Amino acid sequence: MSHDHSIDPKSMPKDPSKATTEGKHKFMGLWIFLGGETVLFACLFGTYLALRNSNAGGPTTQELYGLGLVFLMTVLLLTSSLTSVYAIYHMKNNDFKKMQLWMGITALLGIGFLACEIYEFAHYIHGYGFTFRSSAFGSSFYALVGFHGGHVAFGLSWIITLMVRNAKRGLDLYNAPKFNTFALYWHFIDVVWVFIFTVVYLMGMVS
Amino acid sequence: MTDEMSTRKINSFQKQKNKQEMQRMVVSFALMIIFTLIAFALVMLEVPSTYVIPIILLLAFVQVGFQFFYFMHLKDKGHEVPSQIIYGGVFITVMVALTFTVITWW
Amino acid sequence: MGMTSAQKRGFGATLWDWLTTVDHKKIGILYLAGGGFFFLLGGLEAVIIRIQLMSPENNFISAGLYNEMITMHGTTMIFLAAMPILLGLMNFIMPLQIGARDVAFPFLNSLGFWLFLFGGVLLNLSWFTGAPDAGWTNYAPLSIQSPGHGIDFYIMGLQLSGAGTLMGGINFIVTIVLMRAPGMTYMRMPLFTWTTFVASILILFAFPALTVGLFLMMFDRMFGSAFFDAALGGNAVIWQHLFWIFGHPEVYILILPVFGVFSEVFPTFAKKRLFGYTAMVFATFLIAFLGFMVWAHHMFTVGLGPVANSIFAVATMAIAVPTGIKIFNWLFTLWGGSIKINTAMLWSLAFIPSFTIGGMTGVMLASAVADYQYHDSYFVIGHFHYVIVGGTVFGILAGLHYWWPKMFGKYLHEGLGQISFWTFFVGFHLTFFIQHFLGLMGMPRRYWVFLENQGLDTGNLISSIGAFFMSFGVIVFLINIIYTTIKGKKAPRDAWGSGRTLEWTISSPPVHYNFKQLPLVRGLDPLWIEKTEGNEKMTPAEPVDEIHMPNGSILPLIMTIGFTIASYGFIYQTGNKYWLIAVYSGIAIALICMLTRSLKDDHGHHISKEELERVGD
Repeated sequence: MSHDHSIDPKSMPKDPSKATTEGKHKFMGLWIFLGGETVLFACLFGTYLALRNSNAGGPTTQELYGLGLVFLMTVLLLTSSLTSVYAIYHMKNNDFKKMQLWMGITALLGIGFLACEIYEFAHYIHGYGFTFRSSAFGSSFYALVGFHGGHVAFGLSWIITLMVRNAKRGLDLYNAPKFNTFALYWHFIDVVWVFIFTVVYLMGMVS
Repeated sequence: MTDEMSTRKINSFQKQKNKQEMQRMVVSFALMIIFTLIAFALVMLEVPSTYVIPIILLLAFVQVGFQFFYFMHLKDKGHEVPSQIIYGGVFITVMVALTFTVITWW
Repeated sequence: MGMTSAQKRGFGATLWDWLTTVDHKKIGILYLAGGGFFFLLGGLEAVIIRIQLMSPENNFISAGLYNEMITMHGTTMIFLAAMPILLGLMNFIMPLQIGARDVAFPFLNSLGFWLFLFGGVLLNLSWFTGAPDAGWTNYAPLSIQSPGHGIDFYIMGLQLSGAGTLMGGINFIVTIVLMRAPGMTYMRMPLFTWTTFVASILILFAFPALTVGLFLMMFDRMFGSAFFDAALGGNAVIWQHLFWIFGHPEVYILILPVFGVFSEVFPTFAKKRLFGYTAMVFATFLIAFLGFMVWAHHMFTVGLGPVANSIFAVATMAIAVPTGIKIFNWLFTLWGGSIKINTAMLWSLAFIPSFTIGGMTGVMLASAVADYQYHDSYFVIGHFHYVIVGGTVFGILAGLHYWWPKMFGKYLHEGLGQISFWTFFVGFHLTFFIQHFLGLMGMPRRYWVFLENQGLDTGNLISSIGAFFMSFGVIVFLINIIYTTIKGKKAPRDAWGSGRTLEWTISSPPVHYNFKQLPLVRGLDPLWIEKTEGNEKMTPAEPVDEIHMPNGSILPLIMTIGFTIASYGFIYQTGNKYWLIAVYSGIAIALICMLTRSLKDDHGHHISKEELERVGD
């Protein structure tokens, strides 16, 4: 059994993130976790669907939402999903610098997304007086979208920690699984967002 | 890790395969952007809700399919258990969504 | 980490070892000890309830305290006793049954245990300031209106322990998928491993619903949101749905693992392979699948309408089919076997009729029309105690007697075991059988007192007497544990002489790396196969070589302490904003622990070939 996690480029494994036992475990564990996350968001979506018309005299979905910002956020997050694919592509080619670069771009796009979301929430609160407490609709909206935003924020701190920690030592079989599990998590965040922009914003604009 | 470990030394066949896969990824990304555009356009053009809601939900499902099967490699070998788990999650999601739209208010 | 030094260490070192352990066997024992403690606590609450209901218009405890008592009894027994004890058995036994040296995520395993323990302790600390009092189902709007911090303790306590359980579930799934010994295909896995696997999948899909429900309840109670507040458009039925989307799979999480236990005990003591193995596996999956589609049968009287009620009624009745398959398979396993009766077997045999009665009343309750009559009456109490005590508790006790020699290297005393079995068994039926009739005669559940001369006096007295019998049985079991620890008879590897599965191929108790060499599995019941061919031992699948093992860590405990401090802060910040300091510092402690775990490489350690050869096997 090898104690050494460094990569020999002559016998580069097809997928360095799944070359070790720990890597295989992390890969499987994250997928199983995402199965649970699916149900978590399902329940939040369900709550939102049940309460979206309970605005208690406050603004309705049509009065509140603006599609321009949502489209921008969608493009930011979708693109960040692609850039993380690029990062993993370079990982499989053992090109650490390019992987870091693309992961960096992913993080920047994520930060952009989060900034837009914070702007959006502030706009609703100050412009419309639409808060977490103003109605059941408000509670369910901020719970669903906020949980997603929280996931984005957690993902950002995760990738930034990983990038800083491994900046000097480069790619090896010990840290490759960590980058890979982050990428999977990040795609899942995008999956959730696809349903948020469809179910919350687009369906909210349709009467 | 030293500088000699440059990418050039990696098996060129494998590298070629990675590249082809990456191209497929870019294509699926383009499709996802197009689906998003269609969905937004349908809503902005104020197509009647009877049509637009099923269509945008379908587009969302297809888009999510691209994420799962291509970006997250769910279609690849060695993903049998993850895909079963995700199908289970999707099943429960549909059930929960139905519950909260159909039998919460009456 | 030498094996030989383990006996010579001082108290401090031993304590540190248990606090930092990532060994699945030690964590299993910790789960059993923690769950056992809460089981006693929940039992004490049950006895207090029965004393209060022993005679009409009794004044043993006040009405408010009675509400707290029933709430804490239910919550404790489900979340803090039954679940953790089952997780303990799974943790200890399942990796041994599949021929693994540990679980997939040992660190996470430890974190899961500490979260459960601190969640349970947090919940019980509420006794000092006023416990939750809205029933274990905690329905809104009653729970929203409840004054004081009782419900807040319920929310934070269950959130912590629920997170721990979810981690355990994920861990077990990955372990079973990826860590089976060479030759151990899915359809060669012992039934207990199968039911652990399926119960873990249920945990994975059910617990997030509870997480969300508790979050919404927390937001409503602590941060002024309006999910369940009808005045602002909220809807209390959302809580019921979320709770039961979690809660119904939860009862299958409680029963499936013990189905696995019985499927191990019967073949061992009937010396016959399990009848209908394949059917048992598929019945387990079918129960799990149907178990997810029946939650609204708890809500028949809410007013979902005839269509929804009918669908859920039919789905509920359908569960009787796979469960019936299991019951008959156990009977056929016994049929024609060379049966040996001991305590483990007695608990298993007693389970069959007891659980079947609970199943039959379950089908009665599944009928939506009839349920309007039974709902919230003692009939329901009788029903679910027949399945949870007659199923889960009997199964846990069967499993404990069966695996005790493996876990601790000593047999539980047979005579004491049989005394505790008979008193508990008789007491159980005394307590709960009569409750069906009390319910049919109109006694509602959760009432503090009942009136004289309404035909309820004798029944309640009998029920309370039964509770004392059960308590006596539990006390005898505790004495048995103490006696066994001091003077118990030592057990060999194959403690019952007729073991069939891999856990009986290694020493009792097992060494911390379990298997010196991973075994080669050649079929279902691998040990039995070797025995029929006259082999004393398993054929190894690998040469003796150094073994990679994970390192222990104190971080899970510190992280949990952080979360507990934050939970306290959340509970009390509603009254005084200075408590937010506790929230922030608690979360900071937890985050620092996570960061440490992430930044500091941990490659585990290796046990050298020389040491393995020195120790023998």
